[in-house]
Amino acid sequence: MLGTLIGVSFLTFCLTWLAPGDPVSMLLETADTVVSAELVEQTRHDLGLDQPFLVQYVNWAGGVLHGDMGMSYSAKKPVVDKLLEGFAGTLLLAVVTIIFVLIISLPLGIWSAVKRNKLPDYIVRGLSFIGVSMPSFWIGLLLLYFFGLKLRLFPIAQSEVTAAGIVLPALTLAIYMSSKYMRQVRTVILEELNHDYVVGARARGLSETTILWKHVLPNAILPLITLLGMSIGWLLGGVAVIEMVFSWPGIGNMAVRAISMRDYPLIEGFVLWIAIVYMVINLLVDMSYSWLDPRLKKEAR
Amino acid sequence: MAHTKTFSHGHGVSNVNMDINMDVDSNLMSRIKANKQFSIYSALVVLIILVAIFAPWLAPQDPLVGEMKNALQTPSAEHLLGTDKMGRDTLSRIICGTQTSLFMTICLVVLVAVVGTFVGTMAGYFGGKIEMVLMRFTDMMLSFPGIVLAIAIAGIMGGSVINTILALCVVSWAKYARLVRSLVLKIRNQDFITAAQLCGTSTKMIIWQHILPNTLPMVVITAAMDIGTMMMEIAGLSFLGFGAQPPTPEWGLMLNEGRQYIQTAPWLMVYPGMAIFIVVAIFNLWGDSLRDILDPRQT
Repeated sequence: MLGTLIGVSFLTFCLTWLAPGDPVSMLLETADTVVSAELVEQTRHDLGLDQPFLVQYVNWAGGVLHGDMGMSYSAKKPVVDKLLEGFAGTLLLAVVTIIFVLIISLPLGIWSAVKRNKLPDYIVRGLSFIGVSMPSFWIGLLLLYFFGLKLRLFPIAQSEVTAAGIVLPALTLAIYMSSKYMRQVRTVILEELNHDYVVGARARGLSETTILWKHVLPNAILPLITLLGMSIGWLLGGVAVIEMVFSWPGIGNMAVRAISMRDYPLIEGFVLWIAIVYMVINLLVDMSYSWLDPRLKKEAR
Repeated sequence: MAHTKTFSHGHGVSNVNMDINMDVDSNLMSRIKANKQFSIYSALVVLIILVAIFAPWLAPQDPLVGEMKNALQTPSAEHLLGTDKMGRDTLSRIICGTQTSLFMTICLVVLVAVVGTFVGTMAGYFGGKIEMVLMRFTDMMLSFPGIVLAIAIAGIMGGSVINTILALCVVSWAKYARLVRSLVLKIRNQDFITAAQLCGTSTKMIIWQHILPNTLPMVVITAAMDIGTMMMEIAGLSFLGFGAQPPTPEWGLMLNEGRQYIQTAPWLMVYPGMAIFIVVAIFNLWGDSLRDILDPRQT
């Protein structure tokens, strides 16, 4: 785990070092003044960019261990503050998205599994196929066009977090994710329905509804949580495209801007932050196993 | 002398292997014939490839040149899908975009499969320290959301067709390495490999003649099923501005340019997206049916 953090951050550090374009001139040019050679050198020295590559990396990594990821060049603020600022928006978006995903895909997935190879199953599978083949940002643009521009139900762009503004980006992500998740729900439920205990329950004369809700679903929750947990990691990291479509003030949007401005400390911090978040989520998913399924705890001992 | 002897033995073993492959091949042909879906989807895939190759001749107008006085025209008989902010014909740009997108996707998929297969084969066949180091690295790449790193790489290196392909390759090969390693581990311990080794066949020969041909079907299935995803990731990077650069006709980039005119010229964002959707859908269907044919156990 620590290896991944070091590896990923080192890789990004190498990139910023190898990259074309000079952050110092970028930084000074935005200030819109005549730049003297001394000023460039002075800034370079202040930022520590005149030091050897490895020294720079070790200095940075040392800072990270103390909770200091350096200063953002463009915002002149600590990177940590910028990250937390952007992450708040992303986290909110992720939570709402997950709620939407559950509302959409659980009923549809279960319905399609129960009505296997009948009309509902074909409809759900068809929808899921269409969703998987559409680029998420195109779904976003279409929703924006119909609900934002034509029907004027939701604002089309926002710089602040609002309740109405979150609906469209969350819905876009939810449609994209549900297309995959619906299928997974269907597979998991179908697998559960094949077990002997279902046959037993039917033999005892239990109704199909009782079997589904009382017996099949509790057993299916564990794999469903795992699958959802993995997507939460993805949601918290890689939705820059959607955040850009809706100008949502999240961490992905921030990262895209940081890259265009060559704000290396911020990019570095972003990549490391995502790596950490991803790991924590995976860890939490792992831990939720034993909490949801006490049998596993016994086996582990 | 010793060398010729080795060679002939090696050849003998590979002949046996070839017979097995022949058998599989004839099976494969009958399965392809029996699977009508696959023929239909393959025909559609060929059609897309033909459109990509002959795009310059198919496009009614020059995708790169437009007259400013024609800017942002609604779809009409002259411009079936309208024009963009520079007065360029959207239909022509979409047709030529097929070439850009397909070329980038195929380069990416082939590159990813080759790199992944190379790493996986090295790790699986040689084992020991090589395997440990390579697999640590692979696991590292897998325990991280690739698209984040791809955005960072493509963005920092500067957007261009080549950098996009490289950035996505860096974050996508690990899956293939893991797959190929597990396949190689299974094959390596089979008797015919031991036989080949005892006959003194060179390691290079064993890998090329025995290991690689046996890993190929799974790699091809995975690659075929990944084409759609890869195409969308390329379009996504271009949409962010870190992929193909203007004035290249590329679907993701066209969507990015169209986004600013969503109110006045919605056709600029509807049609390029539809092009991505149709092509990705066809490749997804084709990939699924190819898997059904090459790997019937999965269904």
